[in-house]
Amino acid sequence: MYIKQISVFVENKPGALYAMTGVLAQNKVDMRALSLAETKDFGIVRIIVDNVYAATTVLKDAGYVHSVTPVIGVAIPDTPGGLNKVLQVLTDARVNVEYMYAFLGGKDVDQAYMILRVADNAAAAAALAAREIRVVDQEEIERL
Amino acid sequence: MERYYQPEIECASREQIKAWQDQRLVQQVRHVWDNVPYYRKKMEAKGLTPEDIKSSDDLYKLPFVTKADLRDAYPYGLVAKPLKDCVRIQSTSGTTGKRVVAFYTQHDIDLWEDCCARAIVAAGGTDEDVCQVSYGYGLFTGGPGLNGGSHKVGCLTIPTSSGNTERQIMFIRDLNATILCCTPSYAAYLGESMKEMGLTPDQIPLKAGIFGAEAWSEEMRQDIQNTLGIKAYDIYGLTELSGPGVSFECSAQCGMHINEDHFIAEIIDPDTGEVLPEGAKGELVFTSITKEAFPLLRYRTRDICVLSREQCSCGRTHVKMHKPMGRSDDMLVIRGVNVFPSQIETVLLNHGYPANYQIIVDRVKSTDTLDVQVEMTPEMFTDNLGEIERRQKDLVAGLRSMLGLAAKVTLVAPKSIVRSEGKAVRVIDKRKI
Repeated sequence: MYIKQISVFVENKPGALYAMTGVLAQNKVDMRALSLAETKDFGIVRIIVDNVYAATTVLKDAGYVHSVTPVIGVAIPDTPGGLNKVLQVLTDARVNVEYMYAFLGGKDVDQAYMILRVADNAAAAAALAAREIRVVDQEEIERL
Repeated sequence: MERYYQPEIECASREQIKAWQDQRLVQQVRHVWDNVPYYRKKMEAKGLTPEDIKSSDDLYKLPFVTKADLRDAYPYGLVAKPLKDCVRIQSTSGTTGKRVVAFYTQHDIDLWEDCCARAIVAAGGTDEDVCQVSYGYGLFTGGPGLNGGSHKVGCLTIPTSSGNTERQIMFIRDLNATILCCTPSYAAYLGESMKEMGLTPDQIPLKAGIFGAEAWSEEMRQDIQNTLGIKAYDIYGLTELSGPGVSFECSAQCGMHINEDHFIAEIIDPDTGEVLPEGAKGELVFTSITKEAFPLLRYRTRDICVLSREQCSCGRTHVKMHKPMGRSDDMLVIRGVNVFPSQIETVLLNHGYPANYQIIVDRVKSTDTLDVQVEMTPEMFTDNLGEIERRQKDLVAGLRSMLGLAAKVTLVAPKSIVRSEGKAVRVIDKRKI
């Protein structure tokens, strides 16, 4: 039901991110989405990939500290007001969004995807489904 | 014209100094034998009784006292006077068994303040002077020691304590402070700050500074002298022995006279413990011969240094010690505070971090900086940035309360700390002193 986001600790210095994406590239892991949260000294790279098991294994072997977090994925039409409607639903359900990021992709060019990290996954998923917003799961992400 | 606080002592003949040392050492050994079971055991273990110590020539027979002894005997084990006769404690910053708590009778404080008064007079201080004491007050000996010395000399004393640079400068200017007592790095910082304010040396009323509690170079002395328009004098001491004033610089500004009527100094080979001849480089060892409450015999300072009995142009006859050239253990002195890597390790472990760390000490604009680099671990990692930063802040607070100074914490990638022969290099001291 949820999407498995991999969060990776990287230092905030030149080449650190490149080294990490290099590990994924060498192991043919395909990224669907990426978001970066940074402080002065370090950052957390959040990625959605086609193969969670492979990605976490190669990252671990390469010495990266990481964690897997369940996040909500929604498919929204790539039209004005698309995101607004999603947030309306979560606001009505009083679910707080901690962070989110978007990506376009897949075969359907009119479709955008939002990855949402919320305080309560179950409440968010239920509220979204009830208002006919399409929640996407890990399998769908992998097939994109 | 050189002035002295106690000329009859400071310029006494070598024979007189030796006579004082002989008599006081014999008395002191008897005092600790009678009152400190810990010492008695140490002496017995070497087959010694007080009768074996007939003069300072027998000093070498006595066992050493080390930081480990202070830890074992903490807090009262080395106290040689009933607590009702003790009036104060002072303490160093450490807390992982490295903490030193020293006890003082009123007499001890009196003699300590005499030592500080000698340093102030040697720096040109008189009762006409306004002496600003910008060393920390409290458990740290810097503030209380120089404060007492300043009173003895009769200076108008401004007890600003450390910190609050703006206020420090305000008092120096408004009350025409002529003598400044603080750490050399803080003196340099005050100098830079006043320079930035557009003040030239002739607009700064200070004429002398007494700076100690941390290592500083001859270049730093020149810088401080030039920016503040003063003469800068070094002072040395340890809480274990009393505090600042164990030795101090005179007008010659070349080595510090050890107050030999209170302390007997030896230089030993740090590996064998053997006493080295005069002029040899080795570990400085002190015996306090007048302290009542906390008399340490042959205390190993871990400071590496050289003694010189060459005649001094100032007229003082007491032996001079050169600036310590390093340490024979892993202790760091950062902003005047003693820091042991083991203390930092303890805080890290208490906060759930691994013992994979590196301490980077540097000196930026004359102020020491302490950066503790810690490797991130799967246990400490979370997707929540706020949570990681909160843990980081907790760690900074933990370090501050353990060390008594502000440290920066940098989280680094796992296994990024360089390991040589499988063992991490714990301390990188980039300071050029």
